[in-house]
Amino acid sequence: MDTFKSLLLIIISSALVNNIILSQFQGLCPFLGVSKKTDTAVGMGVAVIFVITLSSFVTSLIYRFILKPNGLDYLKTIAFILIIAALVQFVEMFLKKNIPTLYQALGVFLPLITTNCAVLGAALTNVESGYGILQSVFNGLGTAVGFTIAIVLLSSIRESIEDNDIPRNFKGSPIVLITSGLMAIAFMGFSGMIS
Amino acid sequence: MKKCIDRIYNGIIRENPTFVLMLGMCPTLATTTSARNGLGMGLTTMAVLVFSNLIISLLRNIIPDRVRIPAYIVIVASLVTVVQLLLQAYMRSLNDALGIFIPLIVVNCIILGRAEAYAAKNGPLESAFDGIGMGLGFSLALMCIGMVRELLGSGSVFGYTIIPEEYNISIFTMAPGAFFVLAGLTALQNKLKLPSATNNGDNGSVLACGGDCMNCSGSACIANHAMIETRRLQAEEDALAAKQKELAARQEALSGKLDRKDE
Repeated sequence: MDTFKSLLLIIISSALVNNIILSQFQGLCPFLGVSKKTDTAVGMGVAVIFVITLSSFVTSLIYRFILKPNGLDYLKTIAFILIIAALVQFVEMFLKKNIPTLYQALGVFLPLITTNCAVLGAALTNVESGYGILQSVFNGLGTAVGFTIAIVLLSSIRESIEDNDIPRNFKGSPIVLITSGLMAIAFMGFSGMIS
Repeated sequence: MKKCIDRIYNGIIRENPTFVLMLGMCPTLATTTSARNGLGMGLTTMAVLVFSNLIISLLRNIIPDRVRIPAYIVIVASLVTVVQLLLQAYMRSLNDALGIFIPLIVVNCIILGRAEAYAAKNGPLESAFDGIGMGLGFSLALMCIGMVRELLGSGSVFGYTIIPEEYNISIFTMAPGAFFVLAGLTALQNKLKLPSATNNGDNGSVLACGGDCMNCSGSACIANHAMIETRRLQAEEDALAAKQKELAARQEALSGKLDRKDE
């Protein structure tokens, strides 16, 4: 019961309280770039959930059983980025061959994720917070769910303000940034939820 | 020598990575809570950028073309590790302030972008100066944003108090303030019609990443290039088919006319 409670706390804190985009500023490029339409935002969100959860598992496995016992702690940045890049390639090939329907839905987003700092950020946060393997997977899942919540919310807002009368100079990216700022204020309300 | 000075001018003014190219937004927003942190992040990135440009330029004829992106990533990641260890040893406070954003320099698009766009094609000296220019441009931009946020949020610049505490708008040092400052900046660029990645309008691209290939790096562009290529071929084929149809129709009309003439 206690482990269940701590895992739930990890998910809530990584998804809402320390939202990866709105309070940690990681993964902003897809957040601003892929949020024009809700369905692409959902696709990106699902792909990110998939990749971050998987990479959290693999990186924490490798950190725990290969890097840590051999005193290669300082190699974690290099090791993790290579693992993530290889993993994304592998997932792409696997999906293409075995689950073509899923590949058609997520395929476009997978290459974009390799250079997304949220994935590397989640892997490094797991190590720095001293999480075990199970906790890392749940932290990764929470982080990615937080990303999906934020990007889907932003894309719905963008769709509904598209035809609004926006001051000429604020059209395009400025209004998106202001929207994200207001969302960040809203998400600040979650801080203090977990003490 | 003239070329080297031109690279520095290019990095600071003409292709400023933050204001003009809009690259590396994550550290730009996250580490500019004060002018000092912004400058620290900029200089750390600059150190990595100069050496990565230099090394990649020296190795540009040795690295096979097909594995160049992984090779660049390994070089950059090694340099980032070196810089991180140096900061941990000699500049503890900056290391703690920047936190996870030091290892995340690896995925900063400026570094891979410059490696791909400049260092892979030019000599070591120019590439190193390109790194210095870009790094200085990034540092200056981060310092400016940091100064604005620090002045509005905590009423000081580089730690020297200018505005008394009761007039501070503390939200500017928090997360939402970063978005607002950047929004104001891009709106200003739109107003003045300054060259920037944000004010060339909606390019109407159907690609997931927005199709901004010029400012993109990493493997995203490889997949998307393949997609663009197939689309282009498809469009060409369609155009050809349409032309043939038109030609056939014309021929038919012409033969019809001839028939009528014969009659």
